[in-house]
This record gives sequence, structure tokens and C-alpha cells, in this order.
Amino acid sequence: MSDAQFAVEGQTIERQTMEVDIACVGFGPAMGGFLTTLTREMAAHPDDPALQSRVMPGMPLQVLCYERADDLAAGVSGVVTAAKAIRQSFPELVSSAVPMLAPVKNEKVLYLLDPLGASKRSVALKAGDLLLRGAARDHAYELPFTPEFLNKHDGLVLSIGQFNQWVANEVMMTGMAQLWPGSPVSEALIEGDAVKGVRLADQGVLRDGAPDAGYMPGMDVHAALTVVGDGPVGPVGQSLDRHFGMPFGNQTREWALGMKMVVELPEDTPLTEGTVWHTFGFPEPEIFGFLYVHPERLASVGIFVPSWLKNPQRTAYRTLQHYIQHPYLWRYLKNAQMRSWSAKSLAESGTHGEPYLCGNGYARIGEGSGSTNMLTGSGVDEAWATGMQLAEATLELLREGREFTQENLQATYVARRRLSSVEQGVQQAKNARNGFQTGVVTGLIGMGLAGLTNGKLAVGGNIPRADQQIAPLEQSFSAAQLEKARAAVQQGALLQDALMDATGWPPIEYDGRILVSHQDALLMGGKVQAAPGFADHVLFRDPALCEPCRERTCIAMCSGQAITEGDGRVPAFDREKCVHCGACLWNCAHSTDGKHTNVDFRAGAGGFHSAEN
Amino acid sequence: MPNSFQIVVCSSLVPDPLQTLEPVAGPALKNEMMLPAVLDPWAACSLYEAAALAAAHPGSKVYLVAMAPKAKLQQVMMTVAQKVPFELVALDGPLGGFTDAQSTAAALAEAIAAIPALDRSKLLLFGGWESASRGAGVTLQTAGELLGITEQFQGVDQLTVRDDGQLEVLERVEGGRHQVSLCQGAPAVFGWATGNLAEPRNSPQMGMANMRGITPALMKAKPVKLDANGLSYVSAAVPKQTRETRLVRDMPAEEIAREIVAWMAE
Repeated sequence: MSDAQFAVEGQTIERQTMEVDIACVGFGPAMGGFLTTLTREMAAHPDDPALQSRVMPGMPLQVLCYERADDLAAGVSGVVTAAKAIRQSFPELVSSAVPMLAPVKNEKVLYLLDPLGASKRSVALKAGDLLLRGAARDHAYELPFTPEFLNKHDGLVLSIGQFNQWVANEVMMTGMAQLWPGSPVSEALIEGDAVKGVRLADQGVLRDGAPDAGYMPGMDVHAALTVVGDGPVGPVGQSLDRHFGMPFGNQTREWALGMKMVVELPEDTPLTEGTVWHTFGFPEPEIFGFLYVHPERLASVGIFVPSWLKNPQRTAYRTLQHYIQHPYLWRYLKNAQMRSWSAKSLAESGTHGEPYLCGNGYARIGEGSGSTNMLTGSGVDEAWATGMQLAEATLELLREGREFTQENLQATYVARRRLSSVEQGVQQAKNARNGFQTGVVTGLIGMGLAGLTNGKLAVGGNIPRADQQIAPLEQSFSAAQLEKARAAVQQGALLQDALMDATGWPPIEYDGRILVSHQDALLMGGKVQAAPGFADHVLFRDPALCEPCRERTCIAMCSGQAITEGDGRVPAFDREKCVHCGACLWNCAHSTDGKHTNVDFRAGAGGFHSAEN
Repeated sequence: MPNSFQIVVCSSLVPDPLQTLEPVAGPALKNEMMLPAVLDPWAACSLYEAAALAAAHPGSKVYLVAMAPKAKLQQVMMTVAQKVPFELVALDGPLGGFTDAQSTAAALAEAIAAIPALDRSKLLLFGGWESASRGAGVTLQTAGELLGITEQFQGVDQLTVRDDGQLEVLERVEGGRHQVSLCQGAPAVFGWATGNLAEPRNSPQMGMANMRGITPALMKAKPVKLDANGLSYVSAAVPKQTRETRLVRDMPAEEIAREIVAWMAE
């Protein structure tokens, strides 16, 4: 029996294979930029022999894109973006074309004071708070100007879900590419030093991946070019990093979890579409937040919980609930209604986390390729730009009859990227956030320095691995707080909630509208679902490392409460609740090999069924 | 060929069942174009039954006549196409709820009658007995009548083709029972309840094969403007929901059940 055959209950099942010209993984903004650029050119030149399929003679190039989510609209992240590259593709882009899109009209930066006295603030920060208190309104100090590097003037407020949906339709209307949702890709097919395509995830398997009724081995899709845009926690990107390693000195060590909700503002809201607020200082000084107002009284409001928040019991959901109740925000949000909710991991290392951008038979685009600008906090437009650059390079190589080798992709795609404003931006931002490893004040100074000098000056800093950024419980909490929390846990409370209670955070009074339980947020907001027949995609590599773990950060930080305390000390995973945010991947205090945490995040199906994110 | 069929499945698109729906004046659903859509789950069951029937009777063919805005149809077909083999007949019409059943049925019947080489003697008209967004339950029946098909069955859970060519039908009736009927054969209308088949797994190759027909079908989708026939809607509402969620650990199922009963009794 060959590698491609499987015996199940006496029947031999073959692994199917398919030949295409270009196989793409992950449909997000980067892939949107790639496919928009490529398919437009294909549609404009249907008779161009260079754009004919090599695997299906007489047909156009066979371009297929596989997306894990159940719907192409299930994107995550309400964003404000400068939209320069996006507008290059769509110069006439207007609000009426894409729901929830609005031009940025007013923008401000707010420093939020802590009205509760519960957050961890250094002495320096407390002194600064005292000085600002007199100038603050509703416990918030409005910066007199928005620093240029943060400014998104002429930009757009977007829902990525709605934008993706619109872009997908534009691409598919050309008839030149097929976008397949509900199709998780498990890994790249690698032969020697070349990528030959991708393998889709097995279906009809038990939780451990063993064949079950209706077993269907994931199909092998062979392609001359594999385009990888599966984001910062994507399994194909991970499989490439495992095989080829990372460029010397590069590693994604800094992360953040973005969690947000889309709310319908009250009918009498004074907030107008295009309003953009950036906040910092609350609920913890390290936590940045935002409020973006879309058309029709919809708003995205959320936070970023970074890896440099060393607290091992960081929990984004409860933190988000305290954030929206900050007096400055709550006066606009208290009668709002949650419509949608979501979370995703953000690779915060920028160009420090850049992998090999191409190799024989493959290229990487978007956030997983290190394109996010950590100074401006901008990633969508940069991702779109990298997709455009790869499409232009692909067309050039096809027309010149050159193969998709590392050398050729380097000379076309990477060369374009290195000369672009994306590269200029990420280089300026390279060390902008290093200072946060030392403290918030140092971090802000570092950002300011980098911003004002276009990256020429920055605060230095040694950035430990993600697992090493998680402090032991005793460093984050006093003995009395821990004792109080342990007593609450014995009464059935969750550890992360018990510790927030013990440190002075008030309980959340649910209102059934915007303040709801975490479980209700999954159903009312995220509408989370997973098709049966797939294996668990979160695994604990070495259970022995979970046994003595006291931090339990993977449980605290799980956006969908899909990871919970198990029967023993190894956490339990419920894949039907997983929102695929990938937070578990970097919220683990233990490493098996000095490179990876003890959590293995693989290809899985399902996730959000909300399109408003 | 003995016992081969031409099975036409009718379906609309509805919001993904997990979405929060809000009826608004019109009547319509607020932001319906923004919501993720799926093939109406009732009709989807009938599509899977149609595919199974066609597979069991060589020479049979399945058509899916679907009506929705073209862009939405295109998006949803990327999922449906991975399930079972079919040929799409696309109607570029309005989306989802509260559309007049009579004019919808007329548009469907017209599209079905226009399918090239359709053989009425082999025609089985399938669809949902109900709809996830419209509860009129008469669209399929009316479409059948407009096509002149008098053998009609609703609430179907099982269809068996006997050796003599007769169709044995299990229809849901009151009291949780089934009624067994015999029909001489095609043409006939079957409004399916849930059927007995699980949703097929996504098959990328199936998707590729279906796509060869879907893209051209979408390109020539006929625009359909439905006539409200003078109907006016007084009001529309979704059932009121109350949600109280609590996390419990190690609670026996009996105790959970007791608590739910007590809560319902309040």
C-alpha cells in the first residue's frame, strides 16, 4: 500500500490529487490584493498565451484559493487603514459599494486614566496621571494632536468581513479564480528544497486524527506556484518555517490578541461615521484600544492585549468588558447592542518576524510574512500591497516564461517589496516597540522617538521569547490576592476572573445587550460553529509540561473558552468553541525546544459565522 | 434507461442560521445582504436526497434552481458546489424573507420549464417543505401546480423507488407519525422535511467539477423581479429570545435537566 492509500474497515481509500497552476492559502487582505491584480490582468488579456493553463491546456490559468473559514465573509478585524494600496486597486471605492465602509473624518488619541484604581501602574505613571487629572474629562485626557505616524487621514474605516466578501465577489465575477471556503489546508507539500503545492486537511477523522466513518484523506493540490497568505498562525506558514527555518536572527516573539465587538450605537448617538479613537492607559497601561464608527450607527470597539503584558492570567474578554465601561466610552456605549464579536492574534514583531519571503515554488504575503507596520499599527493595507507586488511579479515571470524559482521570485517579488513603501515603513518601525519590554513609559518614549525620527532612533531592548514573557503568578500577584483567588476557584470561579476580582476589578453586571457572558458572546456575537469530522487542531505537545504548570495562561487567554481545565492537569480542548484566534500558540509559559511553546496549533475547520467583523 | 430521473431542486438563500435577524419595514430583514448566507437548510436536505437518488439510478441528473442576488449566489455556491454534483440554473432575484410565494413559484416554474431537454416523464420536483426564512410552505406546491404536476407530497422524510418503478413516500403527519403513500412515478413534487442524510463533507474535486457549470450559469443568470401581487404586510417579528448562560462544572445531567424544567416553570 502506497503513501497515498489508506485501509479503513477493509476498504482502500486513495488520497486524491489535483493539478492546478497557482494554489493559494488563506483569503484575507493580502490574498485579496494578489487575486484582484492577477485576475484583472487575466480577464483583460484572455488570449495572452502566457496566461494559459499549463495543467489544463486551452483553459486560463487554474488559480484556486483555499480558506479555512466556513464563509469568505468570516474575516476578523474592524480596521482603520490608510488604504493607499487598496485605493490603488480600487480608485473609485465608495461607501455605497462596501457595507460598513466610511472615510476617516475625525481622529483623536486618548489617554485613559484608571477611575477604579485596579490597574497596575508604575510610580512614574501614577505621577503622570496626577498631573493630567485636572485636564481630563470623564477620566480621559485627549492629546492635543494625533502624532503623524498614527494619523490615518484620507483613510477608511472598514469591516474586514464585509470588505473580504466584496473583494471575493469582484474576483469571482472575473471567472478567473475559484475561492473555496470551508477548506482548511494542513501543510505545504515539500520535496527537497521546493514546495510542490498543499495538502488539504483530512475529513472523517476522530479527534486524534484517526480515520473514522466517511474518512476522506485531504487532497494533494499540486501547483507550480503556492501562494501562502494564511496569517500569523497559519499551518502552512508554520510548516514552511519548520522546514526551511527563519532567516538568521528573525523570530516572531511579540504578539497581541485583538478582541473587539461590533455594536449598534443608540439612536441618539452623537458619534458620526468616520470617527476614529485610539486609546491607551486602561484597563492596563499596556493595553491599546480603539473605537471606529461605521455607517448606520455601527461601531467597532476593541482592545489589543500584548505579550509584554507579563501577567500570566491575562484574559482579553473580561478586560474588554472593563474597557468599554470606561467612563469616556461608556457614555456612548451604555445603551448600545452587541451585534458581533471576534478575536485574532496579531504578529507584533513586524520585520523581526519576517520569514523567507519566497523559495522554489512558493511565496509568502501578508501578515504572516512580516508586513505589519508596528509603529503605525497598520497591517491591512500593507498586506494588500504585498499581494499586489506578488501578482505583478507572477505576471512578469509568466510572460517571460521563467519558472517560479527562489531566484526568480527574489528578483521580481522580493525586489518589488524591498523598494516599496511597505518595506520603508516596516524598517522605520523595526524597533519602535522594543521599549515596552522594559515598561510602558519606556515603550511610549520609544514609539515617539521612532515616529519622530522615521525610525532612526529607538529604545533598545532585549525581546525574550513569548513563553519567557509570561511572569510567574507570584510576580504578578500578592500572596493575599492569590489566596483570595484560590478560595474563589474552589467555589467554582474561573482563575482569571478570581484574580481580577482579587485585584480590585469590579464584577461585570450583565445587561444582556453589550455586557453578556463569554459564552453568550460566542453565540450572539461570534456565532461560532465547527463542522464535524475534523481532528482537534490544538494539541499540547508534551503533557508532562502541563502537569506542573501553574500559570494556566492558555486557559485564561483562550478567546472562545475552548481551552478549559481538563480532568487532569492537561487542559481540555473543545474545537467546536474555537474561534481560531491562535492566542494559545503564544500564551503558554513553557517551551519544548526553546523555539515553540507547548501548544501546537494546526489546521482546523469552523470558527466565526459572523460577517460584520 | 429504466428508473432514471431528472430531479429539479428549488432553493433560495437564507441568512446563516446563527445570525441575529431583525425584521424591518418593507418587509425585509435589516442588513440582510451583509449577513453570511447559506442554501436554505430545508432545500439543502432535499438536494442531498436528490443527489443520493440520482447516484442510485444511473442516467439521472440533478438541477439546482436557485434564486438570490447573483453575487450572493456566487458566494454560497462555493460551499454548496463542494457537496454533491448538480447543474445550476441561476435566477438573479431578491434575497430571502417575505417574498410573495405566488410570484416566486411562477419565476421558478418558468425557469424549470425552460431547462433544455427536460423530460417531464422523468421529472421529480424537489425542495424544502418549509423555509428557514419564509414559513408560507406553499412555494413548491404552487410551482408544481404551475408546471401541471398533480402528484404532490409534503413533509417527506423518505423516498424509495420500488423495483416496479413506483415511488414509495414517507410523509410526516400529525402525532409524530409517517404516512406511507405510493405514486406511479414521475412527474411528482416532493417537499422535503429533513430526510435522512447527513450533510456531505466538502469535496474539493466535486467543487471543481460543479464549477465548470456554475460559472456559466451565473453569467447568464436571468434577472427576476417579483410582483408582490398587491399583498401588504401588517407586521413581522422574530420570536422573542431569553438567554441566560451559566458555566457549570461537573454537574450531573439530571440536575441540569431539573434546573431547566424549574426555570421553564417560572
